Order: sequence, then C-alpha cells, then structure tokens
Amino acid sequence: MKMKCTNYITLEFLSHSANEGFARGAVACFAAQLDPTLEELGDIKTAVSEAVTNAIVHAYPDRLGKILIKARILEGNILELSVRDWGRGIADVEKARQPLFSTGGEERSGMGFTIMESFMDRLAVRSQEGKGTRVTMRRRIQSRRPVQ
Amino acid sequence: MEMNYKSENRQLTITLTGELDHHAAKGLMDSIDRCMEQNLPTKTLLDLGGLTFMDSSGIAVVLRAKRRMEALSGTLVVVNIPRQASRVLETAGLGRYVDLV
Repeated sequence: MKMKCTNYITLEFLSHSANEGFARGAVACFAAQLDPTLEELGDIKTAVSEAVTNAIVHAYPDRLGKILIKARILEGNILELSVRDWGRGIADVEKARQPLFSTGGEERSGMGFTIMESFMDRLAVRSQEGKGTRVTMRRRIQSRRPVQ
Repeated sequence: MEMNYKSENRQLTITLTGELDHHAAKGLMDSIDRCMEQNLPTKTLLDLGGLTFMDSSGIAVVLRAKRRMEALSGTLVVVNIPRQASRVLETAGLGRYVDLV
C-alpha cells in the first residue's frame, strides 16, 4: 500500500567503513523528530549499521562504491529506510537472510539480516547479481506527540 | 572505540568504551588477541559498560575472545552489558555459548 510521505532525507556516501557511524548517526538525528524512545532509536541505529556494513563488506569487497540511504517519514509515524548499493549483488537472498550465514571476514557474525528483521517491523531485500542490492525497512514509532 | 585492561592474578579485565561496529571490530579483535597472549589469563572479564553502541560486529568480537580463552583453557565472562548491546546479543542467542552477566 502506498503511504503518504511527510518528510524525507537522502544520504549518499562512499563505502568507507569510517562512514558507518556517520550513517547511523545521521538517520537517528532525522528519526528524532518522531520522538522515539531511546530503545527505538537504538534499534534504528543498529538496523542502519547492519545494512550499511553489509553494503561495505559484501557489495564492494575489493573497491569503494556508492551507498545511498533514503529515510522517509510516512503517515502513521512510520520510518521507512532504504539502503541501496550498486555492487556485486546477492546470488541467493533467502540463503543470505539465514542466521549465521556469512561470506564476510571474521569480524562479521552472519547475524546482520536477522538483527534487521528483529529490530524493524518489515524488511525487504531486492538484489540482482552484478547490479546491486536494495534493503528496505520500516518501523512504526510509538510517538508520544504528533509530528508538526 | 577505546580498550583498556588490567591483569591481576591471571584474571584479565578488558574494558571497552565508545561505539563497537565493523569499522572498530578488526582492530579491537587484534588488540584483545595481543592482550590475552601477553597476559595468559585463566579468566577474562569483558566489560561492555562503556559502550554507547554495538552492532552484530560485537557478536564476532565476543565469540573470538571466547575461542581465544578456550585455547588458553580459560573462561570468558561478559559483564556490564548496556541495554542496546544486550538486545543484539540476545537476538543472536549468544547466551547459549557465552556467560553474559
């Protein structure tokens, strides 16, 4: 169902791992206008960190590439995030979403998608080998005041 | 990301401060490895009380520390886990493999 967007931001950055903190911090600042609890904000930052790290590690394993985040506020206090890359793509999305499955280095645990799924209300992954991946997530914020 | 440690009677306490993500994890794993090799502890307390953020990279750090301690025939206990980091560790079901206090 198409939902009305009341506000949005777009972030574009290179796949340097130093940008992981910037990405989750920027999205958290944007989400703050929905008056989330600290726990909700922590969940959002964690999900962003997982999606961006996946792009850095898996989409561009041997080069730097572009990562684009779109964060939208939808009617009903819903935060929608899309994290997109133009990297290698995922051959088998279902397999990649399994807990503990990882093709990353030792500093990856294979729990990225499981955490995104647990911490957000909805997760969709679209990927094409050689073309890139788009991860879209939604989370309803239990707001204590209406958005102006 | 900052790591401090103290070693007393072969009990090692490693304290982490700041944000633990993929960017910080690789260097941190190497630092913890070196610290354990130098001090040869029989027990390590990994104190997460100073973490302001942790994603699934923290799971890999904890599991690596656990394996290192097993190689030394010692034990690892993770203590002072902040709420956000705790949610990450719980989601991974890490309590089945590691002592989380």
